Amino acid sequence: MSFEPTLLARVGKPDSHLLETYRRDGGYQGFKKALGMAPVDVINEVKNSGLRGRGGAGFPTGLKWTFLPKDNPGPIYLAINADESEPATFNNRILMEDDPHQVLEGIAISCFAIKSKTAYIYLRYEYGRSYRRLKQAVDDCYAAGIFGKNIFGSGFDLDVVLHRGAAAYICGEETGLIESLEGKRAWPRIKPPFPAIEGLFRKPTIVNNIETMACVKQILDRGIEWFKSLGVPPDPNNPRDAGSYGPKLYCISGHVNKPGCVELPMGITARQLIDEHGGGVWKGRKAKAVVPGGISMGFLSASELDTPLDFNGPGKVGCLGLGTAAITVIDDETSMVDVLFNCARFFSHESCGQCTPCREGTAWMHKILARIRMGEGQLRDLDLLTEVAGSMGIIPGTTICGLSDGAAWPIKNAIKKFRPEFEEYINTGRKTVKSADALMAAH
Amino acid sequence: MATVLVNDKSVEIGPSEKLNCIQAAQRAGVEIPSYCWHPEMSVVASCRMCLVEVGDKKPDGTIAMQPKLFPGCQTPVKDGTVIVSNSEKVKAAQKATLEYLLLNHPLDCPVCDQAGECGLQDYSYEFGRGYSRLQEPKNIKPDKDYIGDQITLFTDRCIMCTRCVRFTREISGTAELQVISRGTHEEIDIFPGDPCNNKLAGNVVDLCPVGALCSKDFLYEQRVWWLKTKNSVCPGCSTGCSITVDQNEDVLYRLKPRVNEQAQGHFMCDEGRFGWKYVQSEKRLKRPEQRANGQVVSRDWETIFPAIRNAIRDSLIRSPNKFAAVISPWATVEEAYLLATYAKKLSPHAKLAIGPVRVVGEDDLYPKDVHGKPEPKTKFTIRAEKCPNRRGVEAVMQQMQGSVIEFSSILEGVSRGEIEALYILGGDPEGWISDSDATKLDKLKLLVVQDLLESAASRKAHFVLPGAAWAEKDGTFVNHNGLAQAIHRGVRGPEEARPDGRILMELAEKKGMFHAPTLRKEIAGVVPALAALSVGELGELGVKLEQAAAVEKPQLQTV
Repeated sequence: MSFEPTLLARVGKPDSHLLETYRRDGGYQGFKKALGMAPVDVINEVKNSGLRGRGGAGFPTGLKWTFLPKDNPGPIYLAINADESEPATFNNRILMEDDPHQVLEGIAISCFAIKSKTAYIYLRYEYGRSYRRLKQAVDDCYAAGIFGKNIFGSGFDLDVVLHRGAAAYICGEETGLIESLEGKRAWPRIKPPFPAIEGLFRKPTIVNNIETMACVKQILDRGIEWFKSLGVPPDPNNPRDAGSYGPKLYCISGHVNKPGCVELPMGITARQLIDEHGGGVWKGRKAKAVVPGGISMGFLSASELDTPLDFNGPGKVGCLGLGTAAITVIDDETSMVDVLFNCARFFSHESCGQCTPCREGTAWMHKILARIRMGEGQLRDLDLLTEVAGSMGIIPGTTICGLSDGAAWPIKNAIKKFRPEFEEYINTGRKTVKSADALMAAH
Repeated sequence: MATVLVNDKSVEIGPSEKLNCIQAAQRAGVEIPSYCWHPEMSVVASCRMCLVEVGDKKPDGTIAMQPKLFPGCQTPVKDGTVIVSNSEKVKAAQKATLEYLLLNHPLDCPVCDQAGECGLQDYSYEFGRGYSRLQEPKNIKPDKDYIGDQITLFTDRCIMCTRCVRFTREISGTAELQVISRGTHEEIDIFPGDPCNNKLAGNVVDLCPVGALCSKDFLYEQRVWWLKTKNSVCPGCSTGCSITVDQNEDVLYRLKPRVNEQAQGHFMCDEGRFGWKYVQSEKRLKRPEQRANGQVVSRDWETIFPAIRNAIRDSLIRSPNKFAAVISPWATVEEAYLLATYAKKLSPHAKLAIGPVRVVGEDDLYPKDVHGKPEPKTKFTIRAEKCPNRRGVEAVMQQMQGSVIEFSSILEGVSRGEIEALYILGGDPEGWISDSDATKLDKLKLLVVQDLLESAASRKAHFVLPGAAWAEKDGTFVNHNGLAQAIHRGVRGPEEARPDGRILMELAEKKGMFHAPTLRKEIAGVVPALAALSVGELGELGVKLEQAAAVEKPQLQTV
């Protein structure tokens, strides 16, 4: 079955980022259509489509919108999470750089649906090109009367504010993002209250991902039937499964011949992604492990590559979830100890430092792995790593946000799935690092 | 009434009470360990020390527990809430959290001021594991010896509970402290050039559960386990903060606030906290003196009392209406009562006046906003009236003579020759009499000064009696709000100085030893406004005077 990309349909075409070409391709028709509907109908449309948030957690978007308090005098805010900071994830960047209007249209539709008059786009600092393109797109929309007062004579007002963050992983956590938008230190808030009740500036706020916004726009354009025709229906044996419908942007990176971002219906397997879309593992090697969706999700081992990458699949093989659907391929000549050390270093660096288990635990795991890499590991360190990883996160309830679940998962996963390799590394006294520099670098 | 089950023990929570799990457990006598939570500040639930298992008791009696742990500080209780803080799961979490907190905490307890009253020590002992599994080097962060004039920061001891940061943001409103860096490299710091010097700054030292923030005044002075602690009341202003006085071998080392919602709440100001040094001043009056023609003729307690009695009697025989007694608003209720009854017994015409009531500026309200203006909801007040017991002294006077006479009237009376003999009971450590006012006292035929420190008046006195500072005596202070609180003798006065109550009892030849609770009962019978003192022992929190309003604004009378 051939699949026509929709989210990426305009990507790669000349001047795809300009309002002019976007309108020529039928842009902002979905927004006009939405303006003619009742907001609640737009919400229902999104709800019935089965769209689940593309940011990582996969929460049903329409359902999230219904959590807003009824008859709220406002203001209600829409905060767009464009702080795409999960390693190896770049689907939002491609949308923002090459088709910013698709995203902005989705934002406009969503704002209309949730009766928000202000949308904030929280953009990752490092995305300079995205910033420039979005800035131009927002300015063009104001000039063209797509944003501003009384849009298209409908009486609907909308302001879109582009905010550039200051580069921290934690700003991608929705309440961390809200704190950061308010000008504070990005320390995630304790919940409840959830942002839909009390979010940005203590007002009801919806936080959605960039790709989700693009999906909203496509749903309004193409309808629920089209959206539901793609992807995987709910597992009948799992009453809590909401299904994984629609197209998804998969990022392929790591040891493949052709890294990149592809749009496919939900549910493709990791093996298909690598072989059919990533050009296979590089240098003729085999994949030892694959990260299914950003390193916080854990690892698929070589025997688990046929796992469908929908919202359910990775969880069935012990991963945390689908995450951002950004796969990173690790070839069979790479040491998992080194991979895991890199993961631990990242999370230790990015822990916001609010909750004790995450602040100290991530740093400790980093130090332990640094020591193992110096050839000073002991077998009991593997159990210690597992214990530390098991004691942190919102799943056991020991932290405020999910960062440390993400920090702990690859550790737990790797040691469980690749334990013989770790044991061999320790037993043979291998050293990736010869000096104490690596350990000191942990400080 | 709501019933909450804490470790299988049920406690009742009032219908209007909003308690979290830590507070509810406290009711049941169960301590849930916590660092970041403080009842006066916002909940951040970040230290993760107070993790508990929480569940619901259904009407049919079954209990449904939540699968994960919850921070007790952040979880409100309602009817049927079940809290479990002693399960294996909770204990494991407590152990893990403590191990994390100790990972980068230097084990420098032998040189740490906090040792002995350290939250980390206490909880490690009770809830932690006996050893650390850390094999790697600890993080080392630079100490910051200048966080404020009174505060130093041992950065590496910090456990990032952020109580200090929240205090400066929410209670003082001055927001000098903040967190810098991220993750395990986090530190508490100030903006360069903006030190933590607000008037409540010293509280961050008390709030710090470990030895990170230390008071420069107390640093390395004493090991806390040598300190003996007495409950007392800060005499610095009419707020009357409940405090503890810490001393060792009759040397006062520090004051700390203790919780009293009726008085000040949880905190105290730096004026009070560090303003007690006069107690140990070299300028203290140390021995009684009897003077004649400017020469000291006796320094003997035994002979001075009869001498004073004789002098006053002679004066009264000469001119029966020209005797007055001045009682400082720093005197205790008991002292005011003893002196007032003695004076009135000697002569019903004796005049009773209150000593100078020192008022400095206006009440200082906290928190303050960015412009330094007080926020609408006041959380702490440093009062302009810088004396601890105006209301108590006035209540006694009101009863004894029906009015309160101001000190200025006495000075005028002396100038006009209407007063020839004057007994001054002082106590104010700031110079309460100016040299020019003191010259007015030259006309007196008899001046007895019972005070703490040398003053322009004591230099002129015929009799000088070295009294005791508030930390050296027992008694009662009545604060601005009519709350009577007990002060307790923590240290002995210098050399031959004696508690003022004892001096006054000997002078008046009153039977028995000075015993504040006994005297309070006596006072309660004589002074209806102070009837609440009839309990004798006022307890830790003090008692409210029932007719507090009646003595609010006494009628002022001139001589």
